[in-house]
This record gives sequence, structure tokens and C-alpha cells, in this order.
Amino acid sequence: MITGLVVLAQATADGNAFAQMLVGGISFGAIYALLAMGFVIIFKATSVINFAHGALTGLGAFLVVAFATVLDFPGRFLTSFPEWAQWTANVLTAFAVAALFGVLIERVFLRPMVGEALFAVAIVTLGIDIVVRTITNDFIGTQPRPVGAPWGLNVIDLGWVIIAWSEVIQIVVTVVLLVAIAMFLRTRTGVAMRATAFDQETARAQGVNVGRVFSVAWAIGAFLAAVAGLFYSVFPRRATGVDQATAFIAFRAFPAVIIGGLDSIPGAVVGGFAVGIAESAANTYLGFEFLGNGFPGIVGYLLMMVVLLIRPYGLFGTPEIRRV
Amino acid sequence: MKGRPLLYTSYEADQGLLNTTSKKVMLGLFLLVLVTIPFQVIPGLQFLGQADWLRLLSTTAIFAIGALGLNILTGLAGQVSLGHAFFMGVGAYTAVWLGGPEDGPLLGLGLPIWIWLPAAGIVAALIGVAVGPTAVRVRGLYLAIVTLGLVFIGDYLFRNWASLTGGAQVGRDFPPLEFRWWKEEVPVIDFTTPSTWFGLEVSGIAKTFFLLALLAGVYTLLAKNLQRTRVGRAFMSIRDRDIAAEIMGVNEFAYKLLAFGISSFYAGIAGALLASFLTRVIPEQWNLFLSVQFIAIILIGGAGTVTGALLGSAFVVLLPRIVQNFTLWLQSLALEGEGLLGAIANVFIATSQTDFGLINTMAGVGPGLSVAQLNLVLYGLLIIGFLIFEPLGLFGIWLRIRNYWKGWPFTY
Repeated sequence: MITGLVVLAQATADGNAFAQMLVGGISFGAIYALLAMGFVIIFKATSVINFAHGALTGLGAFLVVAFATVLDFPGRFLTSFPEWAQWTANVLTAFAVAALFGVLIERVFLRPMVGEALFAVAIVTLGIDIVVRTITNDFIGTQPRPVGAPWGLNVIDLGWVIIAWSEVIQIVVTVVLLVAIAMFLRTRTGVAMRATAFDQETARAQGVNVGRVFSVAWAIGAFLAAVAGLFYSVFPRRATGVDQATAFIAFRAFPAVIIGGLDSIPGAVVGGFAVGIAESAANTYLGFEFLGNGFPGIVGYLLMMVVLLIRPYGLFGTPEIRRV
Repeated sequence: MKGRPLLYTSYEADQGLLNTTSKKVMLGLFLLVLVTIPFQVIPGLQFLGQADWLRLLSTTAIFAIGALGLNILTGLAGQVSLGHAFFMGVGAYTAVWLGGPEDGPLLGLGLPIWIWLPAAGIVAALIGVAVGPTAVRVRGLYLAIVTLGLVFIGDYLFRNWASLTGGAQVGRDFPPLEFRWWKEEVPVIDFTTPSTWFGLEVSGIAKTFFLLALLAGVYTLLAKNLQRTRVGRAFMSIRDRDIAAEIMGVNEFAYKLLAFGISSFYAGIAGALLASFLTRVIPEQWNLFLSVQFIAIILIGGAGTVTGALLGSAFVVLLPRIVQNFTLWLQSLALEGEGLLGAIANVFIATSQTDFGLINTMAGVGPGLSVAQLNLVLYGLLIIGFLIFEPLGLFGIWLRIRNYWKGWPFTY
């Protein structure tokens, strides 16, 4: 990892710094886009502002660690396959379990709150965040847990820019997931979800199983959060692996949601990449001496404030219609 | 109106602070208990006079002040804010700038408490009004995330402004609770060292407790009165239906800004007192969790009610201690208890490195949650539980008890 960072630093110093910045920004932005998209899908389908998204990310990342390195399930039964295939099978199982946890959380804690004030439901998710995050952290322990990604620290050196393999895989996976979700929204279940987002009661009257839509939305949200958690825990992001701070990444993705507009899935993607690139640019061009420690962490929020001053509902959000 | 104690013939009487005999009696008893706690005279409540419990009660008073502020913004005006911790931090650092030592390595002017305490509130209020226009422009759920942003931006500023805050993970000492007229060598009243008051021996922590309880009392009265005025009613009308309020002539923008200002004032005062009470505070103290604690306080207590804010503060501050005592009790049962009770306790407590249990009293060793983690989980579950089962909070439970006894024995 150290050598990788040195190589990256050299490329930033004497290579094409802008291209390098863009690569980092896009791959970081992909993480934010995944988180923001899950957040928006949950919000659209269930009208829940999900402050527990960070907990879902941490939980998903921990499940990846648990299935890929500790349990080695189902990889241990797939001995005839190559190692990377076993790892992929483990990770996919972890994603599925993470999605199940999402469904479970919605079912147990949020189903009784249907119809309550949005604010009250949002605070319930804050409570869920505390509970899930504390228990996950207890399992994670004090030391970071590597996820054991098969591509390791390998990079592709194009001369003018250096791209880590994990960044390539991550961007490909993100694009595939974006397309998959766009296509899913055109399926029967997807249409039901859009109808529910539009008006829960009317959707119900039209025969949509609203409860099932809620479950599907939370499954997708938790799944996307777990994918984001995995990519956040590999080189060149945090190569040491999953630790107790992994869950906080979601708090940096909230501005992406607001920039795009709370109820816009394309907006979430645009916002995610915007925040990722802005952070990367701040990291590259605004030095530590000038702005101190942790400035990239708040770039997204500053960007959000600016966007909100111009457009109070984000770039693509629907203005709320106010009736007496 | 003899014999008809609950018949009100005027609005003033209906809105009276102490409009029933039982309210007067209960307030009197409550004040009596508060005053006598440090002297350990009331049988059964003597343990509250011990130094560690007095510390908890003092913290409760500080949290009550902060919670009253958030209650005005969230409970009365209906604006969800996660930025309370930021304003508390602003208050604390205003206090230390004005009240910190002049000759130290960090910023400080050495001014007395009667300057730095109100200033902490005023500066926080001004900053609240300054960021207000952005916050007031966005509505509902967007606001929660904007104020969340405030906490993160504040955290960044506090960590990096080392000449004021002492720097990340280092922090600095805050001015103690002492009263001086100006910069005298010896304070006129020192609220942290033992002395004799009116012929009674009073310990340092008892004096701190009296001061903080008095301040909490004053701010409670102010909050309660605010609720009964034109401003308070305007806040509530905005909360209940903002467009209807505007049509009735309530200037929504101005009143939301005012709610932000007042709430930030309370937060600033609470932040300054908390920092001063804890003596040394690191910049990371003013984080999202503190904000969530205040949200939890007003929700558990009962949003929109002053009594609820007080009950909630006591609950949230004392909960960790109660959980700790409970865990220790379970542990002693698991280790020494025999028969069924010991067996049940053993399920919950991990007594050794290899033993399985939900709770582990030796942090970091073996499986199971530590006491601190258990506290967090209970916090979370309580927030969830209250919102699902008792949206009116502790105040709602109290209302039900009160209404039951009001009609007793004819409760049907």
C-alpha cells in the first residue's frame, strides 16, 4: 500500500495531476453515487429519510469481511473454482445477507411508523443507526479488517495517469448497477415502486403491494450501501480494510443526495460524482498547510450549501407543493 | 369559584403557570428536594447527595438548558435541527475566548463570568441568525441535512482553529465557574471549592450544582413564558400549518429566524456551561452524537413541552449510570448468585474471556457488548421505542397518570 501511495503521489506531482485527480474523484464519486442512489430509492419508495444509511454501509462492509475472510462461505465449498471466483461468491452472499438485513430493519422498526410524520420517522432511523452501528462495531473490533480483495494493490500505469485495478472494477460495477437499476425501474416491480413513490394510498388502491415495495426498496438500498462499503475498504481508498469509522462515509454522501435533489435518482448519481470530484480536487489543489486537516470531508457540505442557495430543492429535485 | 377549581373564566387564568393546587404543591416539594439534596437529609434520596450523583445532576441541569433551546426550535416551531452541537461549540469557544487566561498560550481575555456567559449565548444566537436564511429557505427534511452539514463544518473549524480550541484531540481548559467583578486575584464567589454558606458546610460540587440548577430554573421559566406569549403561539402555528400561519399574518421567515436565534442562544449558554463544568474539552466533543442526544432528550421527554425537556434530560443523562449499576448487579448475580437468578444473569453477562454473554464487563475482552456500547444500544432502542409506542414521550406517560388520578375513583 505504501509503495502504491508513493507511486500515486509521484504521478500527482510530475504526471498529469489533473487526470489523476479526475480518476480519484470519479472512483470516489462512484462510492457516493451508490450510497446516494440507495438513499434516494429508499426515500422515494417509503418516504423515509434514512439516517441509518451509514450503519447499513458499515454492516454491509463487515458482512463482506465476515463472509470473505472469516467464514469463507460459500467459497469453501467451491474448491474447484479459482480463488477470485470463490471470493466473488463470498462477497455476493454477503451482499445478499446485507439486503436481508435491510428488509429486516424496515420490517421491524419502520413498518409500525407508516403514516407518521416524516420527521418522526427520520429520527427513528437515527436510533436505528446508533443501534446497528454499535453492534456492528462490536463485531468489527478495534483493529481494521481487510476484505481480502483478489486484485490487491495492482495498478495500471498508462504513463500519464495511474489507475488502480480496484478503481477500474469499481467504476465498471457502478455503471453496471446504474444500468441495472434503470432497467429494474421499468419492470413490473419497478413500476409498482414508482407508483408507490408517487402516492402510497393510490398505489395501494390500484393493487400494488406497498409492503413488498418497501421491502424491495430497503433491500436495494442496503445492497448498494454494502457495495459502497466494500469499495470504500479497498486500495486506494482505505486499504487497511473495514473499521469502526467505515460507516461515517455515508455522512459524506448526504450532500450528494441534497445536491441532486432528495427524490431524483439521476440527481443522486450526478451529485455523487460532483461531490467525489470536488473532494478530489480539494485534496489535490488545496494543500494541508493552507486549509488544515480534514477539509475534503466538508467540501461536499460547502458545495451543498451553495447549491441550496440557488436551488432549494437541489438540481433535479421536485419542489414541494404547499397546500393549506 | 370555590369548589370548582378547574373552571377558568379568563384566558389569563387558563394560561397561569401554577393554576392548580397540585402544581403548586409539587413545584414546592420539587424545589425543597433540590435544595436539600446536597445535605443528604431526605431519607431514601441520600445517595443523590454523593459527589458522583451531584455531578450527574449538574450535567442534567446543563443538558436541560440545551434541550429547552432545541425544544423551542423543534418542539414549538417544528424545525428539525441536527446542528445543536455546533451552536453549543460556538458558545463554548466564545466563553473561552472571553474568559480564558490572558497570559496563556491560547486566545483569552480573562473576563469574568457575567460577561462570558451571556456573550456565549449572544454570539451563538447571532451565528444562528446568520446561517438562518440558508436554513429557513430549505424546508422540512432538507433542513435536517443542512443542519447536519453545520455540525461537520463546525467540527472542521474547531479542529483546525488551534489557537482558540487547543487543536484536535488536545483541547484546552475552560474558565471555571467563579464570580468576579473584574479581574481580581481571588474570586468573589467560587463555585468549585468547598466553603461555608449560611453556617452550612457546602462542598464544591454542591455549589456547582446549586448554580447550575438555579440557571436551569431561570431558563425553564423563560422558556415556559415564551411558550405562552404571542411569539410562542406564532411558533406553534408555523409548526402546525405554515401556510395557514402566514395567511393569518405570522411572518414565517422572521419567526423561523427568531426561533433559530433563541434556540442557538440556549445552545450557546449550555455549551459554555458544559465546557466550563467539564474543565477540559477537546474540539471533537461538539459532534453529531451530541446533537442526537438532544434530539433524543426532547423526543423521549415529549416534544413541545417544557416539562418534557426537563424529564428527558434527566432520563438521558442518568441512563448510562443506571445501566452501569444494573450491569454490575447482573455481574454480581452471575458470579455469586445461585439457582435460577444466577443462571439467568449468566446468560447476559460474559464472566470470563471464553464465556459467551450479551454484555461484557471487561471491555475489549471476549465477545459481548461493553457497558458503554450497551448504553448506546439502549439509547437507540429508546428513541425508536418512544417514537413507535409513546410519541408524546415521558410527558405523555405523566399526562396519562395525571388524568387517571384526576378522575379517581370515578375513572370511567
